[in-house]
Amino acid sequence: MGELFATYNILGAFGLTILLTVSSAVGSLVIGTVVAIMRVSPVRFLNRVGAFYVNVVRNTPLTLIIVFCNIGFIVNLGMSFTDNIARNNIIWAIIGLSFYHAAFVCEALRSGVNTVPAGQAEAARSIGLTFGQSLTEVLLPQAFRGAITPLGNTLIALTKNTTVATAIGVAEISGLMKEMMEFRPDVIVVIFLIVALGFVILTLPIGLVTTHLSSKLAVKR
Amino acid sequence: MTEAPKDLPTAAAQATEGDEPPLAAAPTKEPMVVITGVNKHFGELHVLRDIDLTVGRGEVVVVLGPSGSGKSTLCRTINRLEPFETGSITIDGKTLPDEGKALAQLRSDVGMVFQSFNLFAHKTILENVTLGPIKVRKKSKAEAEAKARELLERVGVTAQADKYPAQLSGGQQQRVAIARSLAMEPKVMLFDEPTSALDPEMVNEVLEVMTSLAKSGMTMIVVTHEMGFARRAADRVVFMADGEIVEVATPATFFTAPRSNRAKDFLGKILTH
Ligand SMILES: Nc1ncnc2c1ncn2[C@@H]1O[C@H](COP(=O)(O)OP(=O)(O)OP(=O)(O)O)[C@@H](O)[C@H]1O
Ligand SMILES: [Mg+2]
Repeated sequence: MGELFATYNILGAFGLTILLTVSSAVGSLVIGTVVAIMRVSPVRFLNRVGAFYVNVVRNTPLTLIIVFCNIGFIVNLGMSFTDNIARNNIIWAIIGLSFYHAAFVCEALRSGVNTVPAGQAEAARSIGLTFGQSLTEVLLPQAFRGAITPLGNTLIALTKNTTVATAIGVAEISGLMKEMMEFRPDVIVVIFLIVALGFVILTLPIGLVTTHLSSKLAVKR
Repeated sequence: MTEAPKDLPTAAAQATEGDEPPLAAAPTKEPMVVITGVNKHFGELHVLRDIDLTVGRGEVVVVLGPSGSGKSTLCRTINRLEPFETGSITIDGKTLPDEGKALAQLRSDVGMVFQSFNLFAHKTILENVTLGPIKVRKKSKAEAEAKARELLERVGVTAQADKYPAQLSGGQQQRVAIARSLAMEPKVMLFDEPTSALDPEMVNEVLEVMTSLAKSGMTMIVVTHEMGFARRAADRVVFMADGEIVEVATPATFFTAPRSNRAKDFLGKILTH
C-alpha cells in the first residue's frame, strides 16, 4: 500500500478533489443565495428567472454541464483563463459545479426561508425596513439556520460530484483511481477501498458538523 | 419629545378630558389619518367598499365587526402591507407612495402590532426593539439601546431584555412588540386583535399598556373584540360589516343605542356570551 502511495500521487489527487469541493461550495453558495433572493423577491420577473434557472439546471445531468463547459466554452468559444490547459479545465469544472449546485443551494435556502413565519417579514416591513434590509436582517439569517441540514446534504453531494470533472480531464481522485486500477489490477480492491475511504473521511464530518450546527443554531420558536 | 413623565396626558389627550366626547361624525382635531374612497378586492371578493374615515391626532378609534368584515385588511392597507385599487390614504398629510424606499420610510411612521406578535425569533428582545431605530432612523447603537431600555421599562419587560422571544410568555412578547413599534416614534399605531392570541390571564397586562398609550396621546386604530377596552379607551367606535363602514359612534352611544340592524345583531351576539 505504501508502494501505491509512492508510485501514484494519491494525496495530490485528493487535494484537487478538496480544491474543487471548497471552491465550488463557495461559488454555489454565492450563486445559490442570489437565485434564492430572486425567487423570494417581490418582483415577479425575477421570480420567474429564478424558477427557470433552478428547473433547468436541476434537471440537467451534471456531466452534460461539465462537458458543455469544456467543449462549449473552451473549445468552441475559446474562453480561456490561462494558457495552462490543465488549470483551465479545473477552473471550468469549478464554474460548472458551482452553477449546478447553486440550484440545490437555492432550494435549500428557500426551504429555510419557509421556516420563517410570514408575519416576521411583515413586521420587518412595518417598522420601515426596505426589502433588502428585511432580507439581510430578518429572513436570511433565519433561513440559513433553518437550511443547515439540506445545505450540508448539498455539500456532501457536491463533494462526491467533483468526480464528474474527470470527464474533462481534471486529474482528481476518481481519474487517478481508474489509472491505478488499469496498471495494478492485482490490488484493485485495495485501490477502491483507499479512494472510498478518502471520500468517507471528507464527507462524514460534514454530516456530523451540520447535524450538530443545525440543532445548536436552531431558531427557537 | 418633551421631558414629561411617561403617563402624563399630552395636550391632545387633555383636550378631550372633561369635555364632551368628540362628535362621532366630525372629529374636531387636526386629522392624522385620512382615508378617502378606498376600495379593495381579493379576486372577486370586494373586501373594502368605499371606505371613508378620518382619525384625528391623538384620537383612539376602535374598529369592531364580525369575522371577515375587512377589519384586518383595513389596518393593513393603512400602512400599505396590502395594496388597494382606488381611493387615497394620507398619514399626517402625506400620501403613502408605492412600494419602494420612500414607502419604507413613511411606513416607519405607522406602528403596527399584530395578533401573532411577530417578534424576530433570532434576535434578543433588546435587538428586536433597536433594529428599526438603527437601520431605519440611523441612530447610534448606544442611543437606540438607551431608548429601547426606557421603552421596555414602560411596558414592564426590562428583565427580559437579553432573552429571545421564545423564552417569553405571549403577554410579554406582545408588550415587546408594542415597544418595538414605539421605538420608531410613530405618528399612529395600528393594532390588529393584539390580545386574541393570548391566554386570558395575559390579556389585561397588554390592554393596560394600550390604555396608558391611549392616555399619553398616541393616535391609535385598534381592531379588537375587547369591549371593555373599547368602552374605556376609545374616542369613537367604527363598526364594519361586509367591507363597509356601517356605523361610527362614541362608545357610549354605540353600545347602548346602536342605529343599524347589523350592529344590533353583532352586539347581541357578542354581549350575550
Ligand atoms: N390574502 C387574502 N387573499 C384572499 N382573501 C383574503 C385575504 N386576506 C383576507 N381575505 C378575505 O377577505 C375578507 C376580509 O378579511 P379580513 O381578514 O380583513 O377580515 P377581519 O374582519 O379581520 O376578520 P377576523 O375578525 O376574522 O380577523 C375575508 O373574507 C377573508 O377571507
Ligand atoms: Mg382580522
